[in-house]
Amino acid sequence: MSKIMDFDRIEKRARQTALIRNIVVYGLLGLWALVVLFPFYWMLLTSVKSQGAYASEIVPQLYTLSPTMQNYLQVFTEADLGRYFANTLIFTVLTTALMLGVTVLAAFAFARLDFPGKNLAFVLFLALMMIPSELVVITNFVTMKNAHLDNTFLGLILPSVSSVFYIYLLKENFAQIPDELYYAAKVDATSDLKYLRKVMIPICRPTIVTVLILKVIECWNSYIWPRLITDDPKMFLVSGGIQQIRESGYGRDNIPAMMAAVVAVSVPLILLFLIFHKKIMAGVARGGTKG
Amino acid sequence: MKITLEHLTKRFPNRSKNAPDVIAVNDFTFEIPDGKLVGLLGPSGCGKSTVLNLISGLLRATEGRIYFDDDDVTNIPAEYRGVGIVFQNYALYPHLTVEKNIMFPLENFKGADKLSKAEMKARALEAAKLVQIDQLMDRKPAELSGGQQQRVAIARALVKKPRVLLMDEPLSNLDARLRLQTREEIRRIQRETKITTIFVTHDQEEAMSISDQIVVMKDGVLQQIGKPQQVYDSPVNLFVAQFLGTPPINVFCGSIRAGKLYVGEEAILAAGDAADQEVYVAIRPEGFTVDENGPLSCSLSGVEIMGRDVSVVAGHPALDAGCVQLRAITPTARKLDDEAETVRFAIDPEKVLVFSRADEKRIPVALA
Amino acid sequence: MENKSMKGWLYLLPAILFLGLFMVYPLIDVFVYSFEEGYDFVSQTAEGVGLFNYSYVLHDPYFMQAVKNTFILVAVTVPASTVLALLISLGLSSITRLRNLFQTVYFLPYVSNTLAVGLVFMILFDKTDSAPGLINVLLSIFGVEPVDFIDGPYWAKMLVLCLYTIWVVLPFKILVLTSALASVDETYYKAARVDGTSKARIFRKVTLPMISPTMFYLIITGFIGAFKAYSDAVALFGENLNVAEMNTIVGYVYEVLYDEAGGGYPSFASAAAIILFVIVLTITCINLMVSKKHVHY
Repeated sequence: MSKIMDFDRIEKRARQTALIRNIVVYGLLGLWALVVLFPFYWMLLTSVKSQGAYASEIVPQLYTLSPTMQNYLQVFTEADLGRYFANTLIFTVLTTALMLGVTVLAAFAFARLDFPGKNLAFVLFLALMMIPSELVVITNFVTMKNAHLDNTFLGLILPSVSSVFYIYLLKENFAQIPDELYYAAKVDATSDLKYLRKVMIPICRPTIVTVLILKVIECWNSYIWPRLITDDPKMFLVSGGIQQIRESGYGRDNIPAMMAAVVAVSVPLILLFLIFHKKIMAGVARGGTKG
Repeated sequence: MKITLEHLTKRFPNRSKNAPDVIAVNDFTFEIPDGKLVGLLGPSGCGKSTVLNLISGLLRATEGRIYFDDDDVTNIPAEYRGVGIVFQNYALYPHLTVEKNIMFPLENFKGADKLSKAEMKARALEAAKLVQIDQLMDRKPAELSGGQQQRVAIARALVKKPRVLLMDEPLSNLDARLRLQTREEIRRIQRETKITTIFVTHDQEEAMSISDQIVVMKDGVLQQIGKPQQVYDSPVNLFVAQFLGTPPINVFCGSIRAGKLYVGEEAILAAGDAADQEVYVAIRPEGFTVDENGPLSCSLSGVEIMGRDVSVVAGHPALDAGCVQLRAITPTARKLDDEAETVRFAIDPEKVLVFSRADEKRIPVALA
Repeated sequence: MENKSMKGWLYLLPAILFLGLFMVYPLIDVFVYSFEEGYDFVSQTAEGVGLFNYSYVLHDPYFMQAVKNTFILVAVTVPASTVLALLISLGLSSITRLRNLFQTVYFLPYVSNTLAVGLVFMILFDKTDSAPGLINVLLSIFGVEPVDFIDGPYWAKMLVLCLYTIWVVLPFKILVLTSALASVDETYYKAARVDGTSKARIFRKVTLPMISPTMFYLIITGFIGAFKAYSDAVALFGENLNVAEMNTIVGYVYEVLYDEAGGGYPSFASAAAIILFVIVLTITCINLMVSKKHVHY
């Protein structure tokens, strides 16, 4: 290694490439951030433009000097957005609560209790994870329709409750709690249900909260099943409602009002995300997929 | 190749804002002679791995200079320094075979240095033979034992004929028996290749046994550098004395008064013409001899037979807070009645070190 | 002992009820439907058993249009989104400052309502009589003639659909790839660096093999997800996808199943859904076989 090295040159070049690389990387990352954020900015901007101002812009303006809240007022009064919100809220709360109950009990059984056929049952549960929802929606639709549960909350909620993946996630977490805690509780004559309530749920609260948030997101954004089972606009959820606003002449004529509806629908989840973004991202990274 | 560090300093910004920087390496100056095996020694978190990373170029020095022979490499990135590193976890690429792993550095050669496939294979085989793994060339790292993985890591570091070989805790992932064998192996490979080698360890026994030189550091500050025996016999301060040697040295609070060295209130040795002062008296375990007429009286706690030697465990009121009990190693315990409550020791003046109570620095005292 | 064994099943009962009623039974029933000929929704009777439903679906031009659209969508968005996600994740993992901010921003589309944001894409790309739309204004800077992306030529509509799909699926891929990249042991890179390995070679020889399991996971789930595309198309082109020539296979299933007049054609829908399932299954098997060869450990 008796090579003659021009140290100054090497050092200078290393610094230059590092600088250029940084500029390129930050530039491209910034560009993508712009691509992601721009639709959000645009909906916000358009929603505060007055209908007249928007219609008169041949080349869209990137800002507005006379923001108005008129559009928000309009979509909540004229377009029934308030009802869509209320429906979605009821649907989300009930579905998530039911799901949580079912999931916790099932995860507890798999993680803690011993019963004949447990392993076989668990394998069958896991196998269910691979079933695409498109296959089962068809029969569910027929079932609910025949039971005259279309256009009811029961029809909306019942098929949306079960989530095999969340049972699996929670079971894994429950199983990490050392057996000794259970035996100690047994010695103190604690019932299984009390042990679940007083020990397992508090210890696994972070996972339960993650599951809860993910389910809320899923419910809030769900479209396909609600769209199938409800054809009465009085029962629409926000996704279907947005579509309804768009399809009706109302939204097509008044784009700022439509964007106001879009903003109103997006805000709750974005707020939820900004508060819990670490939890949500960690939860999704652990194996959630969209939908 | 000779390595020179001049006033080398590395500061890391503190994680919490407004807190002062963390100084990992503080004003290091020393020279490592060509072709030597040097052990960089200190307790965990003392900055020794940082020194290694500064020499390799993986970290940039905050201040000071690094020279390889006469070349100033301070600001040269790692890829141009021509160093070989053996990482603590070996960092073998799990998807490549042993041969591919060893050839990996050679495939980066560009321009005039570029090697043909056959040359690379020959070089890889040569390196593999040096560390005696040439029969394992087609295996993947996961199929090797810890010791074999480490040999592959050494071969990969050596194959490009580096100017310096750096090893970060090379033995810490091996079990006790393999550790003894491997450290001899490192010694042999270093002797054969004559590459200047620096290895980091927190295990003083490991460093003492194979190094030509040891460098002792604490809290980012260089304490002492020298041949192992020399550092052991005359440590510059209490920390170095305590860090080297198993069992560790026994430290007492004592004083020098009127030409006599006291442990507690017992005068144990003559102290020549040293000035009166408060001191620490540190006595190596092998400096005690059981003697009914000895000057140091201790309460006997137990006797441990360790084959050839006997280890006497005892208490003394003047022991420093850091040592709960003193431990003496004597060849025989014939004169010792292990039912007795007290035991008296005679002290070998050559095994006694005296340190200032004020700054813990060594005080040269002619003991007798 | 008897009591204890019963108890486990008792805790499972709610889950079994829900899953049995809304997953297991429908799964079996969908196959039955698909072979029943002339099923009548009102009387719930069928005239016979056979392959007529499949033959009908395969001869339906709307279905073939949906298949074509779905395959184009898959062929474009899966490779494009995977490569883009990889590039963005590599960029993210090479920086420290602003990294968390970028990561959080990039994840936003995941929590947004597909239908709602789709409308924003629609007005951005839309060209109406009164205004050319923002994208067309931007394109005109580069001298491109305005195109109606929402109501115009097939390729333009397909382009918007692909772009929006990529926008929607990227957050998940970026998130997963970034955590895969972060879990590669730092010392591999250090070792490669002191050996003077070039950035490109480090990527090819170290990074890519290390994250290959994650890459294949993303590709497989990407294929499955893209084959089930539907809401994105509705968001952009409205519910009448057949007319817009933008229907997807899943869209076709719902179109046939759902009928304004009450009760659609579950038999045809079942046949179409099973054809989709077979396609997805085949592609997934091929993917798995390829990944066996290329995933390194």
